[in-house]
Amino acid sequence: MDKIIELKNVKFEYNDTDTLKAVVDGFNLSIERGSFTVILGHNGSGKSTLAKLMNGLYKPSNGEVLVDGISTLDENSEIEIKRRVGMVFQNPDNQLIASIVEEDVAFGPENLGLSPDTIRARVDDALKAVDMYEFRRSTPHHLSGGQKQRVAISGIIAMEPECIVLDEPTAMLDPKGRAEIINTIVSLNREKGITIVLITHFMEEAELADRVIVLANGKIIDDGTPKGIFKNVETLKSVSLDVPQTTELLYALNIEGMPISTDVISVEETAELIYKELNGREV
Amino acid sequence: MIKDITFGQYYDSKSFIHKMDPRSKILLLILVTVFLFIAGNFYSQGLAAAFIIFVLIVTKVPIKMYLKNLKVILPIVIFTSLINMFYSGGGNEIFKFWIFTLTTEGIYKAIFMSLRIMLLILASAVLTYTTTPNDLTDAIESLLSPLKFVGLKNAVHTLAMMMTIALRFIPTLIEETEKIMNAQKARGADLESGNLLQRIKALVPILIPLLISSVMRAFQLAEAMECRCYNGGVGRVRMRKLRFSVRDFVALIISIFFSLSVILLNLL
Repeated sequence: MDKIIELKNVKFEYNDTDTLKAVVDGFNLSIERGSFTVILGHNGSGKSTLAKLMNGLYKPSNGEVLVDGISTLDENSEIEIKRRVGMVFQNPDNQLIASIVEEDVAFGPENLGLSPDTIRARVDDALKAVDMYEFRRSTPHHLSGGQKQRVAISGIIAMEPECIVLDEPTAMLDPKGRAEIINTIVSLNREKGITIVLITHFMEEAELADRVIVLANGKIIDDGTPKGIFKNVETLKSVSLDVPQTTELLYALNIEGMPISTDVISVEETAELIYKELNGREV
Repeated sequence: MIKDITFGQYYDSKSFIHKMDPRSKILLLILVTVFLFIAGNFYSQGLAAAFIIFVLIVTKVPIKMYLKNLKVILPIVIFTSLINMFYSGGGNEIFKFWIFTLTTEGIYKAIFMSLRIMLLILASAVLTYTTTPNDLTDAIESLLSPLKFVGLKNAVHTLAMMMTIALRFIPTLIEETEKIMNAQKARGADLESGNLLQRIKALVPILIPLLISSVMRAFQLAEAMECRCYNGGVGRVRMRKLRFSVRDFVALIISIFFSLSVILLNLL
Protein backbone atom coordinates (compact mmCIF):
# COMPACT_ATOMS: atom_id res chain seq x y z
CA MET A 1 0.00 0.00 0.00
CA ASP A 2 1.20 3.52 -0.67
CA LYS A 3 1.27 6.33 1.83
CA ILE A 4 -1.29 9.14 1.92
CA ILE A 5 0.36 11.16 4.69
CA GLU A 6 4.05 11.22 5.50
CA LEU A 7 5.71 13.19 8.30
CA LYS A 8 9.44 13.39 7.88
CA ASN A 9 11.60 14.56 10.76
CA VAL A 10 8.93 17.09 11.72
CA LYS A 11 9.51 19.70 14.36
CA PHE A 12 6.76 22.06 15.48
CA GLU A 13 7.34 24.95 17.84
CA TYR A 14 5.01 27.51 19.30
CA ASN A 15 5.51 30.72 21.21
CA ASP A 16 4.75 30.35 24.88
CA THR A 17 5.42 33.62 26.70
CA ASP A 18 8.40 34.48 24.53
CA THR A 19 10.12 31.11 24.75
CA LEU A 20 9.86 28.64 21.90
CA LYS A 21 8.46 25.33 22.97
CA ALA A 22 8.61 22.30 20.75
CA VAL A 23 5.46 20.20 20.77
CA VAL A 24 6.84 17.58 18.43
CA ASP A 25 10.47 17.16 17.48
CA GLY A 26 12.12 14.83 15.02
CA PHE A 27 8.78 13.17 14.37
CA ASN A 28 8.45 10.48 11.71
CA LEU A 29 5.18 8.84 10.79
CA SER A 30 3.40 7.63 7.71
CA ILE A 31 -0.25 6.73 7.21
CA GLU A 32 -1.13 4.03 4.68
CA ARG A 33 -3.87 4.73 2.16
CA GLY A 34 -7.14 3.08 3.13
CA SER A 35 -6.07 2.29 6.68
CA PHE A 36 -7.80 3.07 9.97
CA THR A 37 -5.29 4.49 12.42
CA VAL A 38 -6.01 5.59 15.96
CA ILE A 39 -3.68 7.99 17.70
CA LEU A 40 -4.00 7.70 21.46
CA GLY A 41 -2.66 10.26 23.83
CA HIS A 42 -3.45 12.11 26.99
CA ASN A 43 -3.97 15.89 27.21
CA GLY A 44 -0.82 17.71 26.25
CA SER A 45 0.66 14.76 24.40
CA GLY A 46 0.73 16.83 21.20
CA LYS A 47 -2.03 14.90 19.46
CA SER A 48 -4.08 17.92 18.31
CA THR A 49 -0.95 19.59 16.97
CA LEU A 50 -0.16 16.42 15.09
CA ALA A 51 -3.65 16.46 13.56
CA LYS A 52 -3.31 20.05 12.40
CA LEU A 53 0.11 19.31 10.90
CA MET A 54 -1.46 16.60 8.77
CA ASN A 55 -3.57 18.93 6.59
CA GLY A 56 -1.42 22.02 6.65
CA LEU A 57 -3.36 24.04 9.24
CA TYR A 58 -0.04 24.13 11.08
CA LYS A 59 3.21 24.23 9.14
CA PRO A 60 6.24 22.34 10.48
CA SER A 61 9.10 24.57 11.63
CA ASN A 62 11.54 21.88 10.52
CA GLY A 63 11.23 18.81 8.33
CA GLU A 64 8.20 18.33 6.06
CA VAL A 65 4.73 16.87 5.87
CA LEU A 66 3.74 15.27 2.59
CA VAL A 67 0.11 14.71 1.64
CA ASP A 68 -0.11 12.51 -1.43
CA GLY A 69 3.44 13.60 -2.19
CA ILE A 70 2.68 17.34 -1.93
CA SER A 71 4.43 19.28 0.84
CA THR A 72 2.15 21.29 3.11
CA LEU A 73 4.73 24.09 2.87
CA ASP A 74 3.80 24.58 -0.79
CA GLU A 75 1.56 27.66 -0.68
CA ASN A 76 -0.05 27.04 -4.05
CA SER A 77 -1.37 23.65 -3.01
CA GLU A 78 -3.20 24.60 0.19
CA ILE A 79 -6.63 23.96 -1.28
CA GLU A 80 -5.44 20.73 -2.94
CA ILE A 81 -4.16 19.43 0.41
CA LYS A 82 -7.30 20.33 2.34
CA ARG A 83 -9.35 18.74 -0.39
CA ARG A 84 -7.45 15.47 0.12
CA VAL A 85 -7.30 15.51 3.90
CA GLY A 86 -10.52 16.64 5.58
CA MET A 87 -10.66 17.43 9.25
CA VAL A 88 -13.35 17.07 11.89
CA PHE A 89 -12.96 18.82 15.24
CA GLN A 90 -14.11 18.28 18.79
CA ASN A 91 -16.95 20.77 19.06
CA PRO A 92 -19.62 20.24 16.40
CA ASP A 93 -21.12 23.68 17.14
CA ASN A 94 -17.99 25.46 16.00
CA GLN A 95 -17.78 23.68 12.65
CA LEU A 96 -21.23 24.23 11.22
CA ILE A 97 -21.57 27.36 9.13
CA ALA A 98 -25.09 27.46 7.75
CA SER A 99 -28.36 27.28 9.65
CA ILE A 100 -29.79 24.51 7.45
CA VAL A 101 -28.16 21.07 7.46
CA GLU A 102 -27.95 20.56 3.69
CA GLU A 103 -26.65 24.07 3.09
CA ASP A 104 -23.94 23.45 5.62
CA VAL A 105 -22.91 20.20 3.95
CA ALA A 106 -22.86 22.09 0.64
CA PHE A 107 -20.36 24.64 1.99
CA GLY A 108 -17.24 22.61 1.12
CA PRO A 109 -18.26 21.62 -2.44
CA GLU A 110 -19.48 25.20 -3.06
CA ASN A 111 -15.99 26.47 -2.21
CA LEU A 112 -14.52 23.98 -4.66
CA GLY A 113 -16.53 25.65 -7.41
CA LEU A 114 -18.34 22.52 -8.62
CA SER A 115 -21.52 22.77 -10.68
CA PRO A 116 -24.78 23.14 -8.70
CA ASP A 117 -25.99 19.70 -9.87
CA THR A 118 -22.78 17.99 -8.76
CA ILE A 119 -22.97 19.78 -5.42
CA ARG A 120 -26.57 18.64 -4.96
CA ALA A 121 -25.63 15.01 -5.72
CA ARG A 122 -22.63 15.08 -3.39
CA VAL A 123 -24.63 16.64 -0.56
CA ASP A 124 -27.32 13.96 -0.83
CA ASP A 125 -24.73 11.16 -0.93
CA ALA A 126 -22.77 12.60 1.98
CA LEU A 127 -25.90 12.96 4.11
CA LYS A 128 -26.95 9.39 3.31
CA ALA A 129 -23.47 8.12 4.21
CA VAL A 130 -23.85 9.42 7.77
CA ASP A 131 -27.55 8.51 7.92
CA MET A 132 -28.72 12.12 8.29
CA TYR A 133 -30.57 12.49 4.98
CA GLU A 134 -33.98 12.81 6.59
CA PHE A 135 -32.72 15.78 8.61
CA ARG A 136 -31.48 17.70 5.57
CA ARG A 137 -33.87 20.64 6.05
CA SER A 138 -33.42 20.85 9.84
CA THR A 139 -31.62 23.53 11.81
CA PRO A 140 -28.41 22.31 13.49
CA HIS A 141 -29.38 23.64 16.92
CA HIS A 142 -32.39 21.33 16.99
CA LEU A 143 -30.14 18.27 16.60
CA SER A 144 -28.35 16.24 19.28
CA GLY A 145 -24.58 16.45 19.70
CA GLY A 146 -24.03 13.15 17.89
CA GLN A 147 -26.27 14.23 15.02
CA LYS A 148 -24.48 17.58 14.71
CA GLN A 149 -21.12 15.81 14.63
CA ARG A 150 -22.45 13.49 11.91
CA VAL A 151 -23.45 16.56 9.89
CA ALA A 152 -19.92 17.93 10.38
CA ILE A 153 -18.47 14.64 9.11
CA SER A 154 -20.87 14.71 6.18
CA GLY A 155 -19.68 18.24 5.32
CA ILE A 156 -16.19 16.79 4.97
CA ILE A 157 -17.31 13.70 3.02
CA ALA A 158 -19.05 15.96 0.49
CA MET A 159 -15.62 17.22 -0.55
CA GLU A 160 -14.73 13.58 -1.31
CA PRO A 161 -11.41 13.55 0.56
CA GLU A 162 -9.07 10.56 0.50
CA CYS A 163 -8.41 10.84 4.18
CA ILE A 164 -10.31 12.22 7.16
CA VAL A 165 -8.49 13.28 10.31
CA LEU A 166 -10.80 13.41 13.32
CA ASP A 167 -9.52 15.31 16.34
CA GLU A 168 -11.36 13.93 19.37
CA PRO A 169 -14.72 13.95 17.60
CA THR A 170 -16.45 12.20 20.50
CA ALA A 171 -15.01 14.16 23.42
CA MET A 172 -18.09 16.34 23.86
CA LEU A 173 -20.71 13.67 23.21
CA ASP A 174 -22.73 11.35 25.41
CA PRO A 175 -22.21 7.55 25.12
CA LYS A 176 -24.99 7.24 22.52
CA GLY A 177 -23.51 10.01 20.38
CA ARG A 178 -20.07 8.45 20.70
CA ALA A 179 -21.32 5.10 19.47
CA GLU A 180 -23.03 6.83 16.50
CA ILE A 181 -19.81 8.55 15.50
CA ILE A 182 -17.61 5.46 15.85
CA ASN A 183 -20.04 3.40 13.76
CA THR A 184 -20.07 6.12 11.11
CA ILE A 185 -16.28 6.30 11.03
CA VAL A 186 -15.89 2.54 10.77
CA SER A 187 -18.39 2.26 7.93
CA LEU A 188 -16.70 5.12 6.02
CA ASN A 189 -13.44 3.24 6.25
CA ARG A 190 -14.79 -0.22 5.44
CA GLU A 191 -17.38 0.72 2.80
CA LYS A 192 -16.01 3.85 1.14
CA GLY A 193 -12.34 3.04 1.63
CA ILE A 194 -11.60 6.46 3.13
CA THR A 195 -8.37 6.57 5.14
CA ILE A 196 -9.20 7.41 8.75
CA VAL A 197 -6.94 8.97 11.36
CA LEU A 198 -8.84 9.10 14.64
CA ILE A 199 -7.29 11.03 17.48
CA THR A 200 -8.72 10.24 20.87
CA HIS A 201 -8.06 9.52 24.50
CA PHE A 202 -10.80 6.89 24.73
CA MET A 203 -9.23 3.44 24.70
CA GLU A 204 -12.30 1.55 23.61
CA GLU A 205 -12.40 3.56 20.36
CA ALA A 206 -9.04 2.07 19.44
CA GLU A 207 -10.32 -1.50 19.41
CA LEU A 208 -11.62 -1.35 15.85
CA ALA A 209 -8.52 0.21 14.31
CA ASP A 210 -5.93 -1.47 12.08
CA ARG A 211 -3.15 0.35 13.82
CA VAL A 212 -2.80 2.18 17.12
CA ILE A 213 -0.15 4.78 17.85
CA VAL A 214 0.42 5.84 21.44
CA LEU A 215 1.68 9.37 21.85
CA ALA A 216 3.24 11.00 24.93
CA ASN A 217 5.12 14.29 25.14
CA GLY A 218 5.24 14.59 21.36
CA LYS A 219 6.84 11.19 20.85
CA ILE A 220 5.56 7.85 19.63
CA ILE A 221 5.97 5.46 22.54
CA ASP A 222 4.15 2.51 21.03
CA ASP A 223 2.88 1.55 17.58
CA GLY A 224 1.08 -1.64 16.57
CA THR A 225 -2.23 -3.47 16.37
CA PRO A 226 -4.83 -2.80 19.11
CA LYS A 227 -4.26 -6.21 20.68
CA GLY A 228 -0.50 -5.76 20.62
CA ILE A 229 -0.74 -2.32 22.18
CA PHE A 230 -3.10 -3.21 24.96
CA LYS A 231 -0.84 -6.01 26.08
CA ASN A 232 1.67 -3.45 27.28
CA VAL A 233 -0.42 -2.41 30.24
CA GLU A 234 2.53 -0.89 32.08
CA THR A 235 3.51 1.38 29.17
CA LEU A 236 -0.02 2.67 28.78
CA LYS A 237 -0.42 3.32 32.48
CA SER A 238 2.89 5.19 32.56
CA VAL A 239 1.40 7.80 30.17
CA SER A 240 -1.88 7.96 32.15
CA LEU A 241 -3.92 6.07 29.58
CA ASP A 242 -6.33 3.40 30.66
CA VAL A 243 -6.44 0.00 29.07
CA PRO A 244 -9.84 -1.59 28.37
CA GLN A 245 -11.37 -3.16 31.44
CA THR A 246 -11.01 -6.66 29.98
CA THR A 247 -7.27 -6.24 29.43
CA GLU A 248 -6.97 -4.81 32.90
CA LEU A 249 -8.67 -7.92 34.33
CA LEU A 250 -6.48 -10.34 32.38
CA TYR A 251 -3.41 -8.40 33.41
CA ALA A 252 -4.42 -8.55 37.08
CA LEU A 253 -5.02 -12.31 36.78
CA ASN A 254 -1.53 -12.72 35.35
CA ILE A 255 0.02 -10.85 38.25
CA GLU A 256 -1.91 -13.07 40.65
CA GLY A 257 -0.33 -16.09 39.03
CA MET A 258 -2.80 -17.23 36.40
CA PRO A 259 -0.83 -17.64 33.14
CA ILE A 260 -3.38 -16.29 30.68
CA SER A 261 -2.99 -14.53 27.34
CA THR A 262 -3.76 -10.78 27.44
CA ASP A 263 -4.24 -10.21 23.73
CA VAL A 264 -8.04 -10.26 23.52
CA ILE A 265 -10.21 -7.19 23.89
CA SER A 266 -13.93 -8.00 23.61
CA VAL A 267 -15.89 -9.05 26.67
CA GLU A 268 -17.06 -12.32 25.03
CA GLU A 269 -13.54 -13.42 24.06
CA THR A 270 -12.23 -12.62 27.54
CA ALA A 271 -15.01 -14.55 29.24
CA GLU A 272 -14.35 -17.54 27.01
CA LEU A 273 -10.63 -17.40 27.68
CA ILE A 274 -11.09 -17.28 31.45
CA TYR A 275 -13.68 -20.04 31.29
CA LYS A 276 -11.31 -22.28 29.33
CA GLU A 277 -8.45 -21.52 31.67
CA LEU A 278 -10.52 -22.38 34.76
CA ASN A 279 -11.91 -25.56 33.19
CA GLY A 280 -8.46 -26.64 32.09
CA ARG A 281 -7.25 -26.49 35.64
CA GLU A 282 -9.94 -28.64 37.13
CA VAL A 283 -9.38 -31.45 34.63
CA MET B 1 -37.19 31.74 28.57
CA ILE B 2 -34.55 33.47 26.45
CA LYS B 3 -34.87 30.58 24.00
CA ASP B 4 -38.34 31.73 23.00
CA ILE B 5 -36.87 34.62 21.05
CA THR B 6 -37.08 33.48 17.49
CA PHE B 7 -34.93 35.29 15.05
CA GLY B 8 -36.87 36.28 12.01
CA GLN B 9 -40.51 35.35 12.25
CA TYR B 10 -40.96 32.96 9.40
CA TYR B 11 -44.36 31.28 9.37
CA ASP B 12 -44.54 28.19 7.20
CA SER B 13 -47.62 27.92 4.96
CA LYS B 14 -46.94 27.10 1.36
CA SER B 15 -48.79 30.06 -0.11
CA PHE B 16 -48.33 31.85 -3.44
CA ILE B 17 -46.26 34.52 -1.72
CA HIS B 18 -44.12 31.98 0.19
CA LYS B 19 -43.13 30.46 -3.13
CA MET B 20 -42.16 33.76 -4.73
CA ASP B 21 -38.51 34.59 -5.27
CA PRO B 22 -37.25 36.43 -2.17
CA ARG B 23 -35.65 39.05 -4.40
CA SER B 24 -38.94 40.02 -5.98
CA LYS B 25 -40.51 40.17 -2.53
CA ILE B 26 -37.90 42.67 -1.36
CA LEU B 27 -38.21 44.77 -4.53
CA LEU B 28 -42.01 44.77 -4.44
CA LEU B 29 -41.96 45.70 -0.76
CA ILE B 30 -39.85 48.74 -1.67
CA LEU B 31 -42.30 49.62 -4.47
CA VAL B 32 -45.35 49.28 -2.22
CA THR B 33 -43.66 51.32 0.53
CA VAL B 34 -42.96 54.15 -1.90
CA PHE B 35 -46.56 54.17 -3.08
CA LEU B 36 -47.87 54.13 0.50
CA PHE B 37 -46.13 57.49 0.85
CA ILE B 38 -47.39 58.70 -2.52
CA ALA B 39 -50.99 57.84 -1.58
CA GLY B 40 -52.13 61.34 -0.61
CA ASN B 41 -55.89 61.15 0.00
CA PHE B 42 -58.34 58.79 1.60
CA TYR B 43 -59.33 57.19 -1.70
CA SER B 44 -55.82 56.13 -2.63
CA GLN B 45 -55.03 55.11 0.90
CA GLY B 46 -58.25 53.10 1.03
CA LEU B 47 -57.06 51.28 -2.07
CA ALA B 48 -53.66 50.69 -0.46
CA ALA B 49 -55.35 49.28 2.64
CA ALA B 50 -57.52 47.00 0.50
CA PHE B 51 -54.47 45.87 -1.47
CA ILE B 52 -52.44 45.07 1.65
CA ILE B 53 -55.33 43.23 3.31
CA PHE B 54 -55.68 41.22 0.10
CA VAL B 55 -51.96 40.32 0.28
CA LEU B 56 -52.27 39.36 3.97
CA ILE B 57 -55.07 36.96 3.10
CA VAL B 58 -53.06 35.45 0.24
CA THR B 59 -50.13 34.66 2.60
CA LYS B 60 -52.35 32.28 4.65
CA VAL B 61 -50.59 33.49 7.78
CA PRO B 62 -53.16 33.83 10.63
CA ILE B 63 -54.39 37.43 10.96
CA LYS B 64 -53.68 37.09 14.70
CA MET B 65 -49.95 37.01 13.89
CA TYR B 66 -50.21 40.29 11.99
CA LEU B 67 -52.18 41.89 14.81
CA LYS B 68 -49.33 40.97 17.16
CA ASN B 69 -47.07 43.10 14.98
CA LEU B 70 -49.47 46.02 15.17
CA LYS B 71 -49.66 45.75 18.94
CA VAL B 72 -45.91 46.30 19.19
CA ILE B 73 -46.06 49.60 17.33
CA LEU B 74 -49.28 50.80 19.03
CA PRO B 75 -47.44 53.30 21.28
CA ILE B 76 -45.80 54.88 18.23
CA VAL B 77 -49.17 55.09 16.45
CA ILE B 78 -50.81 56.75 19.47
CA PHE B 79 -47.94 59.18 19.91
CA THR B 80 -47.97 60.22 16.24
CA SER B 81 -51.76 60.57 16.28
CA LEU B 82 -51.66 62.88 19.30
CA ILE B 83 -48.96 65.06 17.80
CA ASN B 84 -50.85 65.26 14.51
CA MET B 85 -54.16 65.90 16.19
CA PHE B 86 -53.06 68.94 18.16
CA TYR B 87 -50.34 70.47 16.04
CA SER B 88 -51.57 70.20 12.46
CA GLY B 89 -53.54 73.44 12.45
CA GLY B 90 -56.05 74.38 9.75
CA GLY B 91 -59.63 73.23 9.48
CA ASN B 92 -62.44 74.06 11.92
CA GLU B 93 -61.57 74.46 15.55
CA ILE B 94 -63.43 71.94 17.73
CA PHE B 95 -62.10 72.92 21.13
CA LYS B 96 -59.19 74.71 22.70
CA PHE B 97 -57.46 73.95 26.01
CA TRP B 98 -54.28 75.75 27.15
CA ILE B 99 -51.78 75.17 24.28
CA PHE B 100 -53.80 72.33 22.70
CA THR B 101 -56.12 73.07 19.81
CA LEU B 102 -58.16 70.27 18.31
CA THR B 103 -59.19 70.84 14.70
CA THR B 104 -61.03 68.76 12.12
CA GLU B 105 -57.91 68.88 10.00
CA GLY B 106 -55.95 67.47 12.97
CA ILE B 107 -58.29 64.52 13.39
CA TYR B 108 -58.18 63.86 9.66
CA LYS B 109 -54.36 63.91 9.67
CA ALA B 110 -54.13 61.73 12.76
CA ILE B 111 -56.24 59.00 11.22
CA PHE B 112 -54.38 59.30 7.93
CA MET B 113 -50.92 59.01 9.48
CA SER B 114 -51.81 56.14 11.84
CA LEU B 115 -53.23 54.21 8.94
CA ARG B 116 -50.08 54.79 6.91
CA ILE B 117 -47.80 53.57 9.71
CA MET B 118 -49.94 50.47 10.27
CA LEU B 119 -49.96 49.62 6.58
CA LEU B 120 -46.18 50.00 6.38
CA ILE B 121 -45.72 47.59 9.28
CA LEU B 122 -48.16 45.08 7.79
CA ALA B 123 -46.46 45.22 4.39
CA SER B 124 -43.01 44.55 5.88
CA ALA B 125 -44.46 41.79 8.08
CA VAL B 126 -45.52 40.02 4.88
CA LEU B 127 -41.85 39.80 3.86
CA THR B 128 -40.61 38.45 7.19
CA TYR B 129 -43.47 36.00 7.68
CA THR B 130 -43.15 34.47 4.23
CA THR B 131 -39.36 34.39 3.77
CA THR B 132 -36.82 32.31 5.70
CA PRO B 133 -33.79 34.22 7.04
CA ASN B 134 -31.59 32.17 4.70
CA ASP B 135 -33.62 33.20 1.68
CA LEU B 136 -33.41 36.81 2.80
CA THR B 137 -29.61 36.58 3.06
CA ASP B 138 -29.35 35.01 -0.39
CA ALA B 139 -31.68 37.64 -1.84
CA ILE B 140 -29.71 40.50 -0.33
CA GLU B 141 -26.47 39.00 -1.67
CA SER B 142 -28.01 38.67 -5.11
CA LEU B 143 -29.56 42.15 -5.12
CA LEU B 144 -26.32 43.79 -4.00
CA SER B 145 -24.22 41.86 -6.50
CA PRO B 146 -24.07 44.78 -9.00
CA LEU B 147 -21.81 46.49 -6.42
CA LYS B 148 -19.11 44.09 -7.62
CA PHE B 149 -18.70 46.26 -10.67
CA VAL B 150 -17.91 49.38 -8.67
CA GLY B 151 -14.91 47.94 -6.87
CA LEU B 152 -16.74 46.34 -3.94
CA LYS B 153 -16.08 42.85 -5.23
CA ASN B 154 -15.48 41.22 -1.87
CA ALA B 155 -17.77 43.39 0.24
CA VAL B 156 -21.00 41.76 -0.97
CA HIS B 157 -19.78 38.22 -0.39
CA THR B 158 -18.33 39.14 3.01
CA LEU B 159 -21.58 40.78 4.09
CA ALA B 160 -23.61 37.73 3.05
CA MET B 161 -21.20 35.36 4.81
CA MET B 162 -21.39 37.47 7.96
CA MET B 163 -25.18 37.38 7.88
CA THR B 164 -25.19 33.61 7.35
CA ILE B 165 -22.83 33.00 10.27
CA ALA B 166 -24.68 35.46 12.51
CA LEU B 167 -27.98 33.68 11.82
CA ARG B 168 -26.36 30.33 12.50
CA PHE B 169 -24.83 31.43 15.81
CA ILE B 170 -27.71 33.37 17.37
CA PRO B 171 -29.29 30.25 18.96
CA THR B 172 -25.86 28.91 19.97
CA LEU B 173 -24.95 32.15 21.72
CA ILE B 174 -28.34 32.35 23.42
CA GLU B 175 -27.79 28.84 24.76
CA GLU B 176 -24.32 29.81 25.93
CA THR B 177 -25.64 32.93 27.69
CA GLU B 178 -28.14 30.80 29.57
CA LYS B 179 -25.41 28.38 30.63
CA ILE B 180 -23.17 31.18 31.88
CA MET B 181 -26.09 32.83 33.72
CA ASN B 182 -26.87 29.56 35.47
CA ALA B 183 -23.22 29.01 36.28
CA GLN B 184 -22.96 32.48 37.82
CA LYS B 185 -26.22 32.02 39.70
CA ALA B 186 -24.87 28.76 41.10
CA ARG B 187 -21.91 30.78 42.36
CA GLY B 188 -24.31 33.11 44.15
CA ALA B 189 -24.57 35.90 41.57
CA ASP B 190 -27.67 38.03 42.03
CA LEU B 191 -29.01 39.08 38.64
CA GLU B 192 -32.56 40.08 39.44
CA SER B 193 -32.55 42.50 42.37
CA GLY B 194 -31.09 45.93 42.98
CA ASN B 195 -31.41 49.19 41.08
CA LEU B 196 -30.62 49.64 37.42
CA LEU B 197 -26.93 50.38 37.98
CA GLN B 198 -26.47 47.30 40.18
CA ARG B 199 -28.19 45.12 37.62
CA ILE B 200 -26.00 46.41 34.82
CA LYS B 201 -22.96 45.69 36.99
CA ALA B 202 -24.26 42.17 37.62
CA LEU B 203 -24.19 41.58 33.85
CA VAL B 204 -20.41 42.04 33.62
CA PRO B 205 -19.56 38.53 34.91
CA ILE B 206 -21.88 37.19 32.20
CA LEU B 207 -20.68 39.31 29.30
CA ILE B 208 -16.96 38.71 29.83
CA PRO B 209 -17.06 34.89 29.68
CA LEU B 210 -19.48 35.19 26.76
CA LEU B 211 -17.10 37.47 24.89
CA ILE B 212 -14.09 35.22 25.54
CA SER B 213 -15.89 32.08 24.45
CA SER B 214 -17.21 33.82 21.31
CA VAL B 215 -13.70 34.82 20.30
CA MET B 216 -12.51 31.24 20.82
CA ARG B 217 -15.45 29.95 18.82
CA ALA B 218 -14.55 32.36 16.04
CA PHE B 219 -11.00 30.98 15.87
CA GLN B 220 -12.23 27.40 15.74
CA LEU B 221 -14.85 28.25 13.14
CA ALA B 222 -12.20 29.93 11.01
CA GLU B 223 -10.07 26.79 11.13
CA ALA B 224 -13.04 24.62 10.26
CA MET B 225 -13.88 26.89 7.31
CA GLU B 226 -10.30 26.74 6.13
CA CYS B 227 -10.43 22.93 6.32
CA ARG B 228 -13.44 23.07 4.02
CA CYS B 229 -11.46 24.89 1.36
CA TYR B 230 -12.90 28.34 2.08
CA ASN B 231 -10.69 31.04 0.62
CA GLY B 232 -12.77 34.18 0.88
CA GLY B 233 -15.38 33.23 -1.67
CA VAL B 234 -13.14 33.17 -4.74
CA GLY B 235 -14.62 30.79 -7.31
CA ARG B 236 -17.47 29.85 -4.99
CA VAL B 237 -20.59 28.39 -6.61
CA ARG B 238 -23.90 28.18 -4.75
CA MET B 239 -25.84 24.93 -4.68
CA ARG B 240 -29.17 26.71 -4.61
CA LYS B 241 -29.83 29.25 -7.33
CA LEU B 242 -32.60 31.79 -6.90
CA ARG B 243 -34.96 31.74 -9.88
CA PHE B 244 -37.72 34.09 -10.97
CA SER B 245 -40.88 32.30 -12.05
CA VAL B 246 -44.28 33.16 -13.54
CA ARG B 247 -45.43 33.84 -9.98
CA ASP B 248 -43.03 36.76 -9.67
CA PHE B 249 -44.22 38.15 -12.99
CA VAL B 250 -47.87 37.96 -11.90
CA ALA B 251 -47.02 39.69 -8.60
CA LEU B 252 -45.17 42.40 -10.50
CA ILE B 253 -48.13 43.06 -12.81
CA ILE B 254 -50.53 43.27 -9.85
CA SER B 255 -48.19 45.64 -8.01
CA ILE B 256 -47.76 47.90 -11.03
CA PHE B 257 -51.54 47.98 -11.46
CA PHE B 258 -51.83 48.96 -7.77
CA SER B 259 -49.22 51.72 -8.17
CA LEU B 260 -50.96 53.24 -11.20
CA SER B 261 -54.30 53.16 -9.41
CA VAL B 262 -52.80 55.01 -6.46
CA ILE B 263 -51.60 57.75 -8.80
CA LEU B 264 -55.03 57.97 -10.47
CA LEU B 265 -56.94 58.07 -7.19
CA ASN B 266 -54.59 60.76 -5.89
CA LEU B 267 -56.02 63.05 -8.58
CA LEU B 268 -59.55 62.80 -7.16
